[in-house]
Amino acid sequence: MHRYVLGRLLSAIPTLFLIVTISFFLIRIAPGGPFDLERPLEAKVMENLNKIYHLDEPLWNQYLLYLKSIAQLDFGPSFYFRDFSINELFAQSLPISMQLGLSALCLALVVGGILGVSAALRQNRPADYTIMAAATLGVTIPNFVVAPILTLILGVWLGWLPVGGWNGGAFVNVILPVVTLALPQIAVVARLTRGSMIEALRSNHVRTARAYGLTGYMVVVVHALRGAILPVVSYLGPAAAALLTGSVVIETIFGIPGIGRYFVQGALNRDYTLVMGTVVVVACFVILFNLLVDLLYALLDPRVRYD
Amino acid sequence: MFKSMRVTALAAALMAATSLTAVAEVVYHRGNTADPETLDQHKTSTTYEAHILRDLYEGLVAYGADGKVIPGVATEWTISDDGTVYTFKLRDDAKWSNGDPVVAGDFVYSLRRIMTPDTGAKYANILYPIKNAEKVNKGELKPEEMGVKALDDHTLEISLEAPTPYFIEQLTHQTGLPVHPATVDAHGTDFVKPENIVTNGAFTLAEFVPNAHVKATKNPHFHDADNVNVDTIFFYPTEDRGAALRRFQAGELHTNNDAPTEQVAFMKENLGDQFRVAPYLGTYYYALNHEDEALSNPEVRQALSMAIDREFLADEIWGSTMVAGYSFVPPGIGNYGEPAFADYKDMPQIDREEKAIELLEKAGFSESNPLKLTINYNTSENHKNTAVAIADMWKPLGVEISMLNTDTKTHYAMLRDRQDFDVARAGWIGDYSDPQNFLFMVESDNTGFNYARYENPEYDALMDKAAGTIDLEKRAEILKQAEEMFMRDLPFIPLMYYGSMNLVSDKVSGFEDNLLNVHPTRFISISE
Repeated sequence: MHRYVLGRLLSAIPTLFLIVTISFFLIRIAPGGPFDLERPLEAKVMENLNKIYHLDEPLWNQYLLYLKSIAQLDFGPSFYFRDFSINELFAQSLPISMQLGLSALCLALVVGGILGVSAALRQNRPADYTIMAAATLGVTIPNFVVAPILTLILGVWLGWLPVGGWNGGAFVNVILPVVTLALPQIAVVARLTRGSMIEALRSNHVRTARAYGLTGYMVVVVHALRGAILPVVSYLGPAAAALLTGSVVIETIFGIPGIGRYFVQGALNRDYTLVMGTVVVVACFVILFNLLVDLLYALLDPRVRYD
Repeated sequence: MFKSMRVTALAAALMAATSLTAVAEVVYHRGNTADPETLDQHKTSTTYEAHILRDLYEGLVAYGADGKVIPGVATEWTISDDGTVYTFKLRDDAKWSNGDPVVAGDFVYSLRRIMTPDTGAKYANILYPIKNAEKVNKGELKPEEMGVKALDDHTLEISLEAPTPYFIEQLTHQTGLPVHPATVDAHGTDFVKPENIVTNGAFTLAEFVPNAHVKATKNPHFHDADNVNVDTIFFYPTEDRGAALRRFQAGELHTNNDAPTEQVAFMKENLGDQFRVAPYLGTYYYALNHEDEALSNPEVRQALSMAIDREFLADEIWGSTMVAGYSFVPPGIGNYGEPAFADYKDMPQIDREEKAIELLEKAGFSESNPLKLTINYNTSENHKNTAVAIADMWKPLGVEISMLNTDTKTHYAMLRDRQDFDVARAGWIGDYSDPQNFLFMVESDNTGFNYARYENPEYDALMDKAAGTIDLEKRAEILKQAEEMFMRDLPFIPLMYYGSMNLVSDKVSGFEDNLLNVHPTRFISISE
């Protein structure tokens, strides 16, 4: 088991290296540079800026410099937020995005799971249809529609919740972003749980459990759900990585200082180090969560062993 | 569930209300387009950075609530007869936020710092009128050789290369704000961090959390601190204008310096006086490539300009947040009279279209032999709508338009690198209120801004002549001649004058509409 985890972690290094290399050169292909403004700079000033940020050196040299600093976990200075280094920006924003993402994930898992199980237990009855219709809606309505509607109703008209702002993570400020972030996930989790639950309820081991006369709770939660949750787990791996690394839309609409916005801001401002930093962080999360999913599988499914 | 939530909300509101009366701290929640790239005044260039820096620092001169220049650290100044030497008297009671007095040497230090190439100041060229400044910035001279001298602690002398009637206006720009020398020497680029920063304005920096807020608190050492009503300001980066409007409606923002154009009708109806549109010192234009074969014909350019229904663009597409523009220099600008309007300004649109068709026919283009042009613009819903409308207005002339949109960086990199284009959208907001700040763009040696590649020695000669003229009225006449030439040759087709949009709560007073759209917080007060 330890060997397996170690092997997986080691194999992540070449993957990360490839991702860093490809994105380093890809972002340089984009026309314009970090210091292109509507008002062009004096040649001498541009030269000095390029020197400060090592942009005057040959590209491969910059690449080696970047690899060197990233190996020391130093993501370099930001080209756009010139008062901050990328590490400082991430130290501030990543915990916020993770807190939001984790809350949304838990909410999605609990609510989506309950809805999915209830629908499966009442298959092809009104409750099932209602839940599935709601789930379809949840997936199809994008969050840039949901967020303004929720803030308009709960914030502007009723005045129950703040419309935006982070306010140091106060509970009332977190509610709307978490709910908006969780809604589509709730829908997906509910659909996945329902499908696999229906299958699990018909399987042999569940029928056996019923025959033993176990209580409904034991049959459904302990025996059926354990198997039924597997597809949800494999879906949640990448989904969690995406949720925890922030959402541009949610962060912009609610004015939250998370990491999601840096991806877009970095790309639009040609803030090379910021783009690279976010790419690396997202890649790490994806790799990590895929590993977690595989480990969870071993825990949940007796057929999977990594020894 | 809703009921209990309402009770909690009520309790929270009650608590907030009681704590407010206890402390009676005036907090101003100010929406401000975007985060500053940096709070180092010498490295900034945008207006949203200026809004913050103007509150943190006070320059030699400053802006009043009405956008007019008022004395800042300098209480009075004299100008030598030849217009090249400015002597500033500094006030005795000007202090930094740590209690140090503000002295002339601080300005000498600051002006040298911005011109030092190592600083990497993006906007240093705005202060090039100062003697030797350009050479210092290009690394040809040492910073000590700049024309800036402290005669004593309270007297500052600035020598210029040539008489520059708008020099005082230029000093209002954030690049003219002083830094605290000891702090910069001690902390280097980190002098902008809240724990290090020392400022001399009405406020001082407390926090900067990117994508959340910039918090500034009142500076007790400011010379006019007694008359400053606001204790704490929060500047929020309100990139999403729709979300900012909702926050404003919910009372979370006192003001916001932008509004969603697509909701103008809604705001006019529901917000009343709280939604403000005012003329702004800027022009929205299309640059024409004079190196293009068809566009090198002046009659073709005139025809294209004539056929554009600017009232339609301003009122229908931009919801009256812009004003139809028939000159390049916006009206109301300082040191100028009425701008040189196009002569077809008052002609009915139908006659203009007929005349335009005639002109293009003469040049050999018609619907059967169309003139093919591409409009380049930077991606934005309204830029697209504008381009589509103009393409439609040009269609009867026999002009066939294709469109190319790219993100802002790519668009301006294309213009800067002088790649091939026919027609390109651009806009210019004046840095200071003087026609020179608009007309200099198409001087033939202005490689950065002369997107049109317009080359006219007569025009350059007029601009040079204006630069050497001290008498303001004579200078205005010369500049007007230059603008007339501009409107005849049309390097750019001016389309609209910008308007500024502000959301201003009824609780806010001292937020006066003005041409420069500057609103220093020290003049703003908030009632509960």
